[in-house]
Amino acid sequence: MSNSINMESPLHHAQLDSLVGQSSAGGGVLLHESKYLGHLNLRGNAQDVDFLSGIKKVFGIDLPTAPCTSATGELAQIIWLAPDEWLVMVGSGSEYDVELKLRAQLKGHFAVSDISGAQTILELSGSHVIELMKKSSGYDFHLESFPIGKVVGTTFAKAGAHILRLEENKFQLVIRRSFSDYIWLWIQHGCKECGLTIV
Amino acid sequence: MRQVNRIAAKSKHINRSRILSFTFNGKEYQGYEGDTVASALLANGVNVVGRSFKYSRPRGIITADSQEPNAIFQVGSTQATTIPNPRATQTELYQGLVATSTNGWPNVDFDLMSTVGKVGGSMMPPGFYYKTFMYPQSLWMSYEHLIRKGAGLGTSPTQADPDSYDKIHHHCDVMIVGAGPAGLAAALAAADTGARVIISDEQNEFGGHLLCSTQQIDGQLPNLWVEKIVEKLSNMDNVLLLPRSTVFGYYDHNLLGINERCTDHLGEHKSKTIRQRMHKVRAKQVILATGAHERPLVYGNNDVPGCMLANAVSTYINRYEVVPGNELVLMTTNDNAYKTAIDWHQAGRQVIAIVDTRATSNGELVKQAKQLDIDIIFGHGVINVKGSKRVKGVDIAPINVNNHCLTGSAKHFSCDTVASSGGWSPVIHLSSHTGSRPVWKDDIAGFVPGETVQAQHICGGLEGVYSLSKVINDGFSTGAKAAQAADKGEGRYEGSQPHIVDPQEDASMALFHIPHSKRTSRAPKQFVDYQNDVTAAGIELANREGFESIEHVKRYTALGFGTDQGKLGNINGMAITAKSLGKTIPETGTTIFRPMYTPTTFGALAGSDVKHLFDPVRFSAMHKWHLDNSAEFEDVGQWKRPWYFPQAGETMQQSLERECLATRNSVGILDASTLGKIDIQGKDAREFLNRVYTNPWSKLAVGKCRYGVMCKEDGMVFDDGVTACLDENRFIMTTTTGGAAGVLQWLELWHQTEWPELEVYFSTVTDHWSTMTISGPNSRKVLEKICDIDVSNDNFKYMDWIEANVAGVKARIFRISFTGELSFEINVQANYGMHTWQAVMAAGKEFNITPYGTETMHILRAEKGFIIVGQDTDGSVTPQDLDMDWVVGKKKEFSFIGKRSWTRYDNKRDDRKQMVGLKPKDPKFVLPEGAQIVFEPNQSIPMTMVGHVTSSYYSACMGYSFALAVVKGGINRKGQSVFLPLSDGTTVEAEICSPVFYDPKGDRQNV
Amino acid sequence: MLLIKCPYCEEQREEEEFSPAGQAHIVRPLNPEELSDEQWARYLFFRKNPRGLHHELWLHAHGCRKYFNMTRNTVTYQIMETYKMGQQPSVTASQEVK
Repeated sequence: MSNSINMESPLHHAQLDSLVGQSSAGGGVLLHESKYLGHLNLRGNAQDVDFLSGIKKVFGIDLPTAPCTSATGELAQIIWLAPDEWLVMVGSGSEYDVELKLRAQLKGHFAVSDISGAQTILELSGSHVIELMKKSSGYDFHLESFPIGKVVGTTFAKAGAHILRLEENKFQLVIRRSFSDYIWLWIQHGCKECGLTIV
Repeated sequence: MRQVNRIAAKSKHINRSRILSFTFNGKEYQGYEGDTVASALLANGVNVVGRSFKYSRPRGIITADSQEPNAIFQVGSTQATTIPNPRATQTELYQGLVATSTNGWPNVDFDLMSTVGKVGGSMMPPGFYYKTFMYPQSLWMSYEHLIRKGAGLGTSPTQADPDSYDKIHHHCDVMIVGAGPAGLAAALAAADTGARVIISDEQNEFGGHLLCSTQQIDGQLPNLWVEKIVEKLSNMDNVLLLPRSTVFGYYDHNLLGINERCTDHLGEHKSKTIRQRMHKVRAKQVILATGAHERPLVYGNNDVPGCMLANAVSTYINRYEVVPGNELVLMTTNDNAYKTAIDWHQAGRQVIAIVDTRATSNGELVKQAKQLDIDIIFGHGVINVKGSKRVKGVDIAPINVNNHCLTGSAKHFSCDTVASSGGWSPVIHLSSHTGSRPVWKDDIAGFVPGETVQAQHICGGLEGVYSLSKVINDGFSTGAKAAQAADKGEGRYEGSQPHIVDPQEDASMALFHIPHSKRTSRAPKQFVDYQNDVTAAGIELANREGFESIEHVKRYTALGFGTDQGKLGNINGMAITAKSLGKTIPETGTTIFRPMYTPTTFGALAGSDVKHLFDPVRFSAMHKWHLDNSAEFEDVGQWKRPWYFPQAGETMQQSLERECLATRNSVGILDASTLGKIDIQGKDAREFLNRVYTNPWSKLAVGKCRYGVMCKEDGMVFDDGVTACLDENRFIMTTTTGGAAGVLQWLELWHQTEWPELEVYFSTVTDHWSTMTISGPNSRKVLEKICDIDVSNDNFKYMDWIEANVAGVKARIFRISFTGELSFEINVQANYGMHTWQAVMAAGKEFNITPYGTETMHILRAEKGFIIVGQDTDGSVTPQDLDMDWVVGKKKEFSFIGKRSWTRYDNKRDDRKQMVGLKPKDPKFVLPEGAQIVFEPNQSIPMTMVGHVTSSYYSACMGYSFALAVVKGGINRKGQSVFLPLSDGTTVEAEICSPVFYDPKGDRQNV
Repeated sequence: MLLIKCPYCEEQREEEEFSPAGQAHIVRPLNPEELSDEQWARYLFFRKNPRGLHHELWLHAHGCRKYFNMTRNTVTYQIMETYKMGQQPSVTASQEVK
C-alpha cells in the first residue's frame, strides 16, 4: 500500500497542473503553486546566542532577527514571523529530519512544529501582479516600503498571508491550507481584467 | 426630436459627431457624447423632470453638479441594472439610456398625486411626520411605507446585480481631492518633488470650474491650460489620475474612500469589466481642493422649472452648448454671477434684466454687462415667480435688506428663466467627515474647514479664495508644502506660474432670503431645501415652535435630509434660522456633513466580497470526498462541514437514524479535521495548562490524553477539548471548531500579558492535520487492517494516544470518544488526508463503515450527555451548572482562571440554571431547541420561565426523543415534570432526568 | 480605519490586521482567593471609559500575533503611541492637562 501514497496539496482540486500554460485574456498575472515543501514553525529567543548559533549550524545561514526580514540559503528559506517566531521552509519530505536535527542542536527554551500540511506557497508574478496585490491587501507594495526580500504578515482578501517579495514583480505567498480554495477563487476574480496564467 | 436649446459648437466637451439616443419617461430624445442626462434634457427643452416630495409641485433642473435636488432619476432598462436616484446632472449620457422620474407618478406632466399633494400640502407643515405619524407608534411602519411610495425616492432593483465590482488599496504621499484649478496646480507642484501623488475628481474630465469658464489663462481658453497640466501629470510615473472618481468619505488617519465609476458612462452591464471600483487611499498628506458650490437665493416660487443657479446656466452654455431658455432674469448679490448674463447674451439669447440686490457695483463684469446694454436694476430682488411648469415671468421689487422688507411696489417682467446667485459655499463636506467643526467667515459669507487632527491641507475655493490667479498660486504652494510634509521636496514650487488677469470685483452682499410684501408665512412658497420641500416659512415655524439649534431644526423640518444632504439648502436654512432668532449664523450652530458625499452604490462598497467571496469558506482535505458522496453541509464558523450524508430517497431524519445506528452497531467515520489543534511546547507547558484549564495536568503522563474545560475569568465555560501529553514538555491541545482562533489568542493573551516568565510556546497546527474519527464496536477491526501496530485494548487503552503508520502514512491515533463508542481519532499530515480517508473507507467496507456528519455527531454525544460549548452553554454557565464538578481541580496550587469567580455570591445560588436531561412525555415528540421551560403550566402570562432546551433530538438507538436543557435548580429536580409552552399555543410536558441517556457506565468506549 | 504602528513589526499597518482587546494595564491580583467579592468584581468588570486619552490593549492578529499597548484619544482617534508589553506609557492623561 505504501507504494501508492497519493499526496494532495491544498490546491489539489483546483487542478492547476492541468491548467498550466493556459491563460485568461491578457495573462497579466502568473500563478504557480510551490507545493509539498517542508514547513517548520520555529520558536525561540532571538537574544539567545546559543539558539542563533544552533540555527546557523543546521541551516548555514543567520536567522533573520530584524522585523519583516527573510534569509535564504541552500538548505532553507527562513522568514521572520514575530520577534520569537519564524517559518522555515525546507526541501520536500525533509521536514522530519530537519526537525530532528534542530531538536538535537538546540538547547534551552525553543519549539519546533511541523506544519508542512498546514500551508502552501503561491508564487504570483507578472506585469499586473502589483495591481492584484493592491486589490487584495492594504499593505503598501511600493518598492520603497516593500523592498525585495522583505516579508510581511498581513491580510490577503479576508484571509491572512505571509507575503515575501522575491523580485520587483514577483511575490511569494504563504497561505493556510483551509483558506487556499477561497484565495484561489479570489485571485481568479482579481485577475478578471488583466488575465491569469498558471505556470 | 429637436434639440431646441442647443447652440453652435464652441467647446471640445460635446462631440457632435456622436449622437446618442435615450428615453426619459418613455419619450425618446437625442443628445451628444459629452452630455449629461441633464444637459441633454435641457437641450431638448424638457422643463419638468420630477414632482416634489410633499407638495407634488413640478420641478426642473436647477444645478449642473452634485447639488442637484430635483433631477434625480431611476436609470436603467432592466430590473437587474436599474439604479435609483442618480443625479441627472452627474449621469453621463450613453446610447440607449433609459431614465424615468423617481418622484412623478404616474407621469410628471399629469400627476395624480398633485391633487392629493396640494390639498395635503397645506395640511403638512414641518414636523408633520412627527406630529401625525409617530402615534400610534405601532402603525409607523405602515405609514412610512405609504409616504415613501407617495414620495417615490426611487425603487431598488428586484433582480440580482449582474455587474462586477472590486476594491483596490493605495498609499501615497499626497492625495488631492478635486481636479479644478487649485487641485491641478497642487498635483503638479507635489508631483514635481517626486512624491507619490493621487488626484481624483468626480467629473469625467479634469478641470473643475475651468470646464465652464471663459476666463483666459496665458491668453488662451482655460481648457488648454487644463489639457497641458493633465498631460504633464499623466506622463509622470509617480502620479495616479482618477477621473469619474468621487471621494465619498474622509476617514481617520487620512484614509479616503473613492468610488470610481469605470463603465457607467458606457452603458449598462459590461460582463468583461469592472463596473465600479472602490479605491481606499491611505495618504500621508491630503489636499482638499473641492472648491465651492454656488448658493441659490430664496424667493417666492423659486422652484418653478426655469429657476436655476447662475453658474449652472453658464456651465450649460459654455461646456454643454445648451442655453436652457430664451429670456433670462439674473438675480445676484455679487459681481461674479454677471458672467452668466454675459454668457447668455453672447449665446444670442435675451437677457431681460440683471437684478442686483446691492445698491450699486462698479466691478469690471458690471461694466462689461453695461457695455452689452444689459438692463441692470440695483437695490432690487425677484420676490416672486409666475408660472407652473415653466417660468412665465417675475415680480421685481426694491428691497431693504436690513429690515427685510420691500421699499416700493413690484414690477412684472416676462421671462422664462431665472438664474440666481447668493454667492458661494465652500465644499467643506470632506473635512467635516473627520469631526472637524467648520468655521464661519464673514468676508466670504460661508463656512470653511476648521481645525483638524488630520494631515490635511486646503486650497482654492474651499478656503474662500475665488479669484483664479490666487486659486492657482494657492494650489502650487499648497501642493509643494504638502509634499514637503511628506518628506518630499523643499516646500516651494519652482515651475512657471500662468499669466492670469482677474477682473476687479466689488464686494458682494451677504444675503440669503429675499423679502416679500407679505410676511414669510403668507408669502408664496420660498423653497430652501427642494428635495424635502422645506420652505423659509417652515423653518420660521420651527423656530417659533422652539426649535432653535440648527440640528433640531434640521430634524424637525427634514432640512438637509434628502439624498443631496442639503448641499443646496443648508446654509440658506441656517441663515433664515439665524435671522428669525436674531442670532448670527455661527451662533445657530455649524452644520456637520457625514459620509457619503454623494450616494454610493452598494456594489462599490461590497466590491468583490460577494457570493462565494463574501466570507472565506474553509474546507478540509477530504472535502472532495464529501461532495462526491452527496453530503449536505453545515457552516461551522467559516468551515463547511458535512452535516449528514443522505442516500437516494432518504429524508434527513432517515439519514440521521441510519448513521446513528450504523455507528452504534458497527462503525461510523467522521471528518473531525476542523477541530482546533495547538502545539504547546516548553518546560512550563504543564503549569500553563494548570492555570488555564479547570482540571489538573501535573500528573498526565506521556502517551495519555485528558479532557479539559476552560473558563473565562468570570468562571463561565468558554471552550473544551482533549489535550494529550506528547512529551514531558509538549502537549497537543484540541479546541472546538469555532473556538480555535479564540483559544489560541486566549493562551497568548495570558502568556504575553500576565505570565511571560513561563517558558512555553503555542503554535497552531489545526491545518496541518487531517483528522478522521472512526467510532463504533467494529472500529478496531477496521483500524487493525491498515495500522502497523497492535491496537488491542491491552496495548492501546482508552484515553491513550500512539504514533503508528496508517495506510503507510505516519499518524497519531488518539483513543478518545465523543460518541460513547469505542473510537479512534486518526490524525495524518493533511497532504495525506484524502489518501488515508480512502484507505479507511476501503478497510471498513466489509463492516459497512458509514460516514456521518455533524448532526449525527450531535445526537450521539447528546445521548451520552456530552456538552457542546456554545450550544449547551452560552457564556453564563459554570462547570458546576453543568454538573461537571468532576472536571474542577480541588488541589491545584495556582488559583486558576475562573476559580475565584465560582465563589461569588451570584454563582453560588442553588437556583441557577443547571444542565439536565429532559424526556418528553410523548416519546415521539422532539422538543424545539430554545423552547422555554416553566414549572407551572397554568399560570398567567407572562409566565415565569425557569430554563430552556439547549439540544433536542430523536434517538434511533433508544427509540425515543430526548433533550438537554438548563433548568433552575434542575440538578435536584430529577424526576419532576416541567412544561414547555410552545409557539403554536400548545404546552408539552417533559420529565427532568440525568443528561446521560445512553450507556451511563461508559462500558462501550472502554472495550 | 486606524493606521497602527505595531511595536514588534516596527511599522504602520492597517487596522484590519489588528483586534482590540480592551483596557490595558489591568493586572491580575496575585491572591484572588483573599479578595472580597467586591475587590474581585473591580478587577473583573470595572473598566474605564474616558473621553480623551485611553490606554488600550491590541493584538496584531494578522501580523506577528503579539499583544501590545496603545494610547489613543477616544475623541479624535489620534494614536499617541504604541508600546510593547511590560512597558509603561510615556503619554498619559495627566500630562495632557496643560
